[in-house]
This record gives sequence, C-alpha cells and structure tokens, in this order.
Amino acid sequence: MPHFAKLYNFACWLTQDRVAAEDLVQETYTKALKGFSSFQQGTNFRAWIYRILRNTFLTTEAGLRATVSLDSDDAVPEPTTTETPASVLFARFEQTAIQKALEELPVNYREMILLCDVEEMSYQEVAQALGIPIGTVMSRLSRARKAMRVLLMAGTEGVAR
Amino acid sequence: MNCELCRTNLDAYVDEGLSPEELGAIYEHLRTCRTCAAEALAHLQMKRETRAAANARFTPSAAFRLRVEKAIQPERKPLWKIGALPVWMHGVGVAALAFLLIAVSATVSARHAANDQAIAELLDMHVATMASANPVDVVSTDRHTVKPWFQGKLPFAFNLPELKDSAYKLLGGKVIYFNHSPGAQLLFELRKHQLSVFIVQERPGWHPFRPASAAVSEKGFSVESWTESGLRYVVISDTSPTDVHGLSELLRAAASQ
Repeated sequence: MPHFAKLYNFACWLTQDRVAAEDLVQETYTKALKGFSSFQQGTNFRAWIYRILRNTFLTTEAGLRATVSLDSDDAVPEPTTTETPASVLFARFEQTAIQKALEELPVNYREMILLCDVEEMSYQEVAQALGIPIGTVMSRLSRARKAMRVLLMAGTEGVAR
Repeated sequence: MNCELCRTNLDAYVDEGLSPEELGAIYEHLRTCRTCAAEALAHLQMKRETRAAANARFTPSAAFRLRVEKAIQPERKPLWKIGALPVWMHGVGVAALAFLLIAVSATVSARHAANDQAIAELLDMHVATMASANPVDVVSTDRHTVKPWFQGKLPFAFNLPELKDSAYKLLGGKVIYFNHSPGAQLLFELRKHQLSVFIVQERPGWHPFRPASAAVSEKGFSVESWTESGLRYVVISDTSPTDVHGLSELLRAAASQ
C-alpha cells in the first residue's frame, strides 16, 4: 500500500491518538480504492491520498473540534515576535522538545509543518493536499514556523527557570 | 537583494520553492551578509531537526497493516463466477489493479525521493562548511597527516590521492554523521572553489543514491557519487561538473591502489 507508514504517522500527529489514527488510515484507503476512478492519472497521487485522509479527519470528532481554526488563520493567535531571537537562532533542540512543540501547535499550523518539513512536499503538493491556494500555504507556513519557534523558546525558558 | 527581502524569502529558500533567478539573488546576498546567512542556516537546521523528530515518530504495526490490506482486498471469486459479478464489482477489481500499479510507481518515486533527500542533506553540510569559520578539524595539505587523523574515529579507512602534480589542493577534513553513522568529510580547493568529498559506509538494503558515474547538477552544485569497496563517495562543489569529475577520478584511482 503506497505511503502507508507515512500516512499513519501523519494521522497520529493529526489525531494524537493511535486508535483514532488507525481508523482514519483504514477509512482513507477504503475511500481511495472506492473513489480511485476520480483520481486523474498523471496527477499527484500522494497529494490526492493525503487530501482524502485530511478530509476524512475533518469529519471525525477531533477533526470537527479542530475545524474552528482550520480554515481561518485569524482564529489562531499570531506569534508576538517577528524576529528570530538569537537564543533560538543558534540553539539545537532535543527531539522531545520539538515533538512537544509540534503537539501544542494548532492543527492548521501542525499539518502545515508536517507536510512541508516532514513529508517534504512542494508548495504545489501541499496546496493540492489541503485544497488551498499556494499563497495561503506560504503565509500559513511562515506563521506556523514562527509559532513553533516561540513555543520552543518558551520551553527553553521554562527549563532554565 | 536587501536583508528584508532575503528574510521574506527564507522559508521558500529552505523549501526549494524559489525560481532560479530568486535563488541566484539570495545566494549572492547570503555570501555577503553574515546575519542573513546565520538565519538561513538556522532555518535549514530547524527544518532538518523537525523532520528528524517527527518523521516515523509513529509506526504502524504489522497486524494493522494486514487488517487494512484485508479490508481493501477485493473478494476472490472463482473464474467461472466472474461473469456473474455485478458490474460495480468489476470496477473494484480494475481499481485494485490500478491502485497496485500506482503503488509500484510510488515505490520508484520513493527511491528518487530518498536520493534527493540524501543529496540535499550532504549539500546542506557542504554549504554549512563553506559558511563556517572553522570548516575542518584537521587542517593540513598533507595526505599523510589528514588520513591518519581519522584513525580510531571511523570504522573504515580510505586512501587519498597524491596531488602534487594536479591543480587540486587538500585543505583538511573532519568527522561527520550521516544516516546515524560516522563518515569523513574532506575539503579540497581548486582555483578558489572548494570541493567537499563525503565518504560513508554503504549499508545492506540502504541505497539512497542513484547509480551515477558522471557529475550531475543539483541546485547549481555539481555532484558525483560512486561506490568503491563498500564505501560511498560523494563529491560536491559549486565548480563545474568537469572539475568535480577530475577530483573523482583521482579519488577512484587512489581507492583502487
């Protein structure tokens, strides 16, 4: 099954629950197979199947809770800093600190970082997977990374205190 | 390009979303602005660390994989009964076959993605070395100084070529970590251009690099890669593919001695 392990990893990060992630992945493959006739040969299969998973997630309980912030960047607090602080610039973070920061991000920021940084999708692929314009991908990704840095910095300060 | 525009483009820079013209302009700026170069490295580092922390954080169990495979597998019918299947079931069979075809092509593209990722990681290391005030840990033009420096630091040994009759000059080396294993990075110079040579161990079943014997272009850099006696060599530089190939030939000759 193409992308199985990666879709499962993405589903776990989205739902933050392994059982819910398993249901989500199984439903994604069932829908993908049933709706395979709607896939246009020659287009991006990865973006197509990620879009199915993401749309399926939106219909789950956790997805419905997240929907509030998913389509509106205004609903997510903007990071207060625009500059990258020197302390963050040169810091190397523990994997657990990065994982914690990622878990704390709002879903629309988290999925952006997962698709761009972890799945290493192009902006075009992310736009297809999320059904949003490329310009929105770029602006939301920029805000997501700033929010991530703020969370990491807060974690570093918390440890120092 | 000024600093403000450079910082606006840094996300697209690390995501390889810039046009060749924009990439040229940002490279030019990063060469002369230490502050923006540090910011760019921080962006690259953060992206790499995020990937390392979140990729394959959760892995599916074999039982779960089997369950999904069974769930999407079309019901097997004796051949003599196929004609009696409802029309929509024929569709499911065709869809399953097409799905499998996509799966095969996805595996091929995954190998390409692994190659791109491996090259991108080494390119990052090369760029970081160029930006560093202390690019190597053993500073010497003498191969009999550089090679012994790696003794006890690496689980393998390699030969370095005699360069006194060539235009290439050895600058030194350092230990790197690639794919969770120690390897060597050697730095050479040719007419003000610097060339990185990465030497890492090949692992059974791990083949992220495409087989290639000639230098190819990757994001404006020339890259050549080959294997020799269980070691993977990768040469990277902003100089021409011919120059990279020239050094590669010298290294190959030294390795076969």
